[in-house]
Amino acid sequence: MSAGITKHTEPKADPSSTDEFIKGLWRENPVFVQVVGMCPTLAVSNSAQNALAMGLATAFVLVMSNILVSALRNFIPKEVRIASFILVIATFVTIVDYAIQAISVDLHKNLGAFIALIVVNCIILSRAEAFASKNGIGKSILDAMGMGLGFVFALFCLGAVREILGNGTLFGIAVLPESFEKWIIMILPAGGFFTLAAWLLLFNFFKLKKAKA
Amino acid sequence: MLSKTLHISSSPHINKGISTDTIMRNVVYALLPMVVFAVYAFGTNALFVILASLVACVGTEHLLCVWSGKPSTISDGSAVITGLLLGLTLPPIFPIWMTIIGGILSIALGKFVFGGLGSNPFNPALVGRAFLQAAFPVAITTWYPAFSEGRFTNFSGSVFAFPFSTPIVDGITGATPLSAFKFDKVTADSMDLALGLVSGSIGETSALLIALGGIYLITRKMMNWRIPVSILGTVFVLSGILFLIDPKLYPSPFFMLFSGGLMLGAMFMATDMVGSPITPLGVVIYGVFIGLLVVVIRIWGGLPEGVMYAILLGNALSPQIDNLIRPRIYGTKKTKP
Repeated sequence: MSAGITKHTEPKADPSSTDEFIKGLWRENPVFVQVVGMCPTLAVSNSAQNALAMGLATAFVLVMSNILVSALRNFIPKEVRIASFILVIATFVTIVDYAIQAISVDLHKNLGAFIALIVVNCIILSRAEAFASKNGIGKSILDAMGMGLGFVFALFCLGAVREILGNGTLFGIAVLPESFEKWIIMILPAGGFFTLAAWLLLFNFFKLKKAKA
Repeated sequence: MLSKTLHISSSPHINKGISTDTIMRNVVYALLPMVVFAVYAFGTNALFVILASLVACVGTEHLLCVWSGKPSTISDGSAVITGLLLGLTLPPIFPIWMTIIGGILSIALGKFVFGGLGSNPFNPALVGRAFLQAAFPVAITTWYPAFSEGRFTNFSGSVFAFPFSTPIVDGITGATPLSAFKFDKVTADSMDLALGLVSGSIGETSALLIALGGIYLITRKMMNWRIPVSILGTVFVLSGILFLIDPKLYPSPFFMLFSGGLMLGAMFMATDMVGSPITPLGVVIYGVFIGLLVVVIRIWGGLPEGVMYAILLGNALSPQIDNLIRPRIYGTKKTKP
């Protein structure tokens, strides 16, 4: 990618570009491994559609803010970097907010305040601070795309389980027979915690198994 | 020279030899009359629910122990009690598949994730029941009348509902005294309530038998009498005051005492040794808090019954109570907490 054009000063033994992309999907998955960005994860994962919309919105903001932060990294004074990052992020969140409102008012209503709260999403700020402000644009895009897709994947995992168990549907289409008894708790806030715990259990189980082997 | 037989240990140095499983066995004895009465009052369906809960709890405990590479702890009897208590708090025609989910979650989520017996902050049976209440609000409030005809020969379609399918309730259902009061303002006769001639969860109806079981444990010093006394006392006094203010609007204190799961909760669930405070004063504060919540939820809350949530909140509060009521160390000055 364009990593060669920008003058960056990483050591030679740097992870490859594909690795920057892959790590966010699985090994450093923002939700299941880093356990950051819990607020939208728990709040809007009550259906697959909400989860996917929220994930994509966050991923978009993440990619765009990583590009801008990375491009401006040599101009932002260290003392005001967090404020500057937030300003950059807030700009893109405003864009996403209006975009979702234009696409579907119902979806906007479902996601509610959590669209505006993307501004303070730990994932975005942590990628800006920990990665984009230290790396070139190319790598930052890959990192943001990996992390963003990892977040979409995690939210979808939660949303799908919660919607199937809590409502018997997936994306609003019935996937279970009519006689299925809905687990109301799964679409309530408590269900978010249970489902997240179950996924974390699964991820840690695989991690431990891999570490042992 | 020190003798080789010198035995060094921390206090207590004198013990009576009562171990966990002795206490647990006695709790099971105290619960048995209620189980027998429940099966007599609600028929074979209730027996199946209790058995399903028992098997699910003990089985989960055993499997989790084996999977985590520890010796199985089912012989200490705590899983049996959790299973019995969960079964006793469910409606008589509760589907078996839901009961099994409740049992698995009681042990796994209520006890095992915290590190097993002695580390669980909440009463495991109530954790399972709280999950079931939130997950299946309709099934858990479908009651079956007590002493109905053919209760020993009639297998309810609801109990044997196919796993994960909606239970189909065949035949009659009956309202509990508490829901009848909450939604229709009809009070039941206190004597019927005390004897258990009414509808309700499997094991909660006979206040008399529950009280007898509790007194048995109290006389054997296996239960802290302050907990049930402070809970029941608070409920009685508070609802008594409300009853004196307006007898038409508020139920009589006897109705409050003998209806719903209050007796069972106060005697067998709030007294969970792990989830309740340690000091005598702390225990009384805990009991008053639970009693207060029961009255508040029942009278002003949206639900007809609030004993379960009251006890769970009490459990959550008990470490804080223990912190607050820390006894003064002998020889030191009184300090602020």
